[in-house]
Amino acid sequence: MSSPATQTSGLFDCRDAYVKTLEALGAADERIVAVVNDSVGSSKLGGFRDKFPERLINVGIAEQNMVGVGAGLANGGKVAFVSGASCFLTGRSLEQVKADVAYSQANVKLCGISSGVAYGELGPTHHSIEDVAWLRTMGDITVLVPADPWETEQCVRAAAEMDGPVFIRISRMGVPALPRPADAAFTIGKAEILREGGDGAILANGTMVCRALEAAEALAAEGISARVVNMCSMSPIDEEAILAAAQTGAIVTVEEHSVRGGLGSAVAEIVSQNTPCRMKILGFAGFQPTGSAEFLMEYSGLTAANIAASLCGLLGR
Amino acid sequence: MPESRPRSGQTLAERAAFVREQARWIRKRALRMVFDARQGHPGGDLSATDALAALYFDAMRYDPADPRWVARDRFILSKGHATGALYSTLALAGFFPQEELTTYMQPLSRLNGHPNRNKIPGVETNTGPLGHGMPVAVGIAIAAQIDKADYRTFIITGDGELQEGSNWEAAMTAGHRKLSSLTLIVDRNRLQQGAGTEDTVGLDPLDDKFRAFGWDVVEVDGHDIEALLPLLDGSTPHERPLCIIANTVKGKGISFMENKASWHHGVPNAEQYEQAMKELDA
Repeated sequence: MSSPATQTSGLFDCRDAYVKTLEALGAADERIVAVVNDSVGSSKLGGFRDKFPERLINVGIAEQNMVGVGAGLANGGKVAFVSGASCFLTGRSLEQVKADVAYSQANVKLCGISSGVAYGELGPTHHSIEDVAWLRTMGDITVLVPADPWETEQCVRAAAEMDGPVFIRISRMGVPALPRPADAAFTIGKAEILREGGDGAILANGTMVCRALEAAEALAAEGISARVVNMCSMSPIDEEAILAAAQTGAIVTVEEHSVRGGLGSAVAEIVSQNTPCRMKILGFAGFQPTGSAEFLMEYSGLTAANIAASLCGLLGR
Repeated sequence: MPESRPRSGQTLAERAAFVREQARWIRKRALRMVFDARQGHPGGDLSATDALAALYFDAMRYDPADPRWVARDRFILSKGHATGALYSTLALAGFFPQEELTTYMQPLSRLNGHPNRNKIPGVETNTGPLGHGMPVAVGIAIAAQIDKADYRTFIITGDGELQEGSNWEAAMTAGHRKLSSLTLIVDRNRLQQGAGTEDTVGLDPLDDKFRAFGWDVVEVDGHDIEALLPLLDGSTPHERPLCIIANTVKGKGISFMENKASWHHGVPNAEQYEQAMKELDA
């Protein structure tokens, strides 16, 4: 991966950063294996398979088995990256994720591909807007929602380095490389302040971070100084950064996820019991109608304009 | 590395006699645990005991002082509710003090109703929900295959448990990959929680099912230790995963419990307990 400073323009598919990092890790550490449910193509793992054919384990269309096999590989000393469409990886095998991975503290890295509403027109069966809620309530599994290629690489590296279960939510939607200083560092459990501001705060993760930055830009033009906080690490979550955001008096959260149980809920849990402040939770209200991913985001107000308007609403402006 | 089995230089009959004595101890200890805790799953504890004893006191390679020794044989109790038998076995094998068995299911005891690998040495994966052991065991066997390691992986599933589809996903993978280091023992006591397996959703012909999934299949009397040992000790080579259909008796060894579904999670009263202990000693 290039350093953050050299990422300039264009949109990136975070799966590319995922597989590039995994191939690099796999070359350096033969414990790294990939487990897939006939999803070599959709997980973009063809390169990994070609380089390490013995270490690409395709269990076929069998997600419960896939997650259990991942836990078994970990028992045998492997670092298992289990990749599949997030909707099936988490939904179909939720009990395996709970018992075999989280509760067993197995060294398994679950990579939920094409999360959120990336599958657009394929409909709610293929959307994965509940995954963060399901997994973060387990507590014993790290939950990461990277926002761009650099952060995706950092998440994959951090997951490989730690001994224990991790879920990484990886989108296929094009996202820009976020502006960061060259010495930017990623730490599990730490939020990232991408823009300082004192009139209110926008907390976002995944594909919504770039929109939050855009909203803050628009607000600045109107004289409103909004802080933008990237909440990639959903579990553990950075309570300090959330409480500091609450000090501004107004928080808008935005996520490509259900409004129930995700980032907004996690922030509300902390804010409401410590420093109550005005909040607006942006996300999906429930199962989505037919439409492209972009359409569905517009339809539910997951746009820079609505993020900005929501913060204005909280500020009474 | 200490050999946990005392079988070298012994005849099959001598080995079996040793295992039988361990099994007797495990049965008595498991029943006392259920009696003291006033809960548990005695029927399934007693049907699985002989296979457990054969594994831990003859077949398997392990070191209780180093429970995560990389070259250990692995065992997974997929019917995770049979903890009376499992914990008794692990304590007898030296993984934790036998005195601790008195804490079974007591508040804050690590001896939960279902096993937790992060608290109890010797447990490989947390089971309880049915149909979880097979995929994990398959993953372990794939790791061994990749590493060309010689450790083996054993699983005990219940028979009713085979109604869970995840077992068959894993069985298909194991057959496809010819995971010869994998041995499944089906505790075929023909009873599930509420009724007979064949009256609920029939499993027969179970041998044909596993054969069709690419497994070698052997059917034995699951309480015949002399029949079990050669199948488990590595002296019966197989190029495919091995399924041992162990025909067992739920509640084995206690006359009033045998073959009665109500003893799946029944708890004996004092009089029954006394009688049961006498029968197990006989």
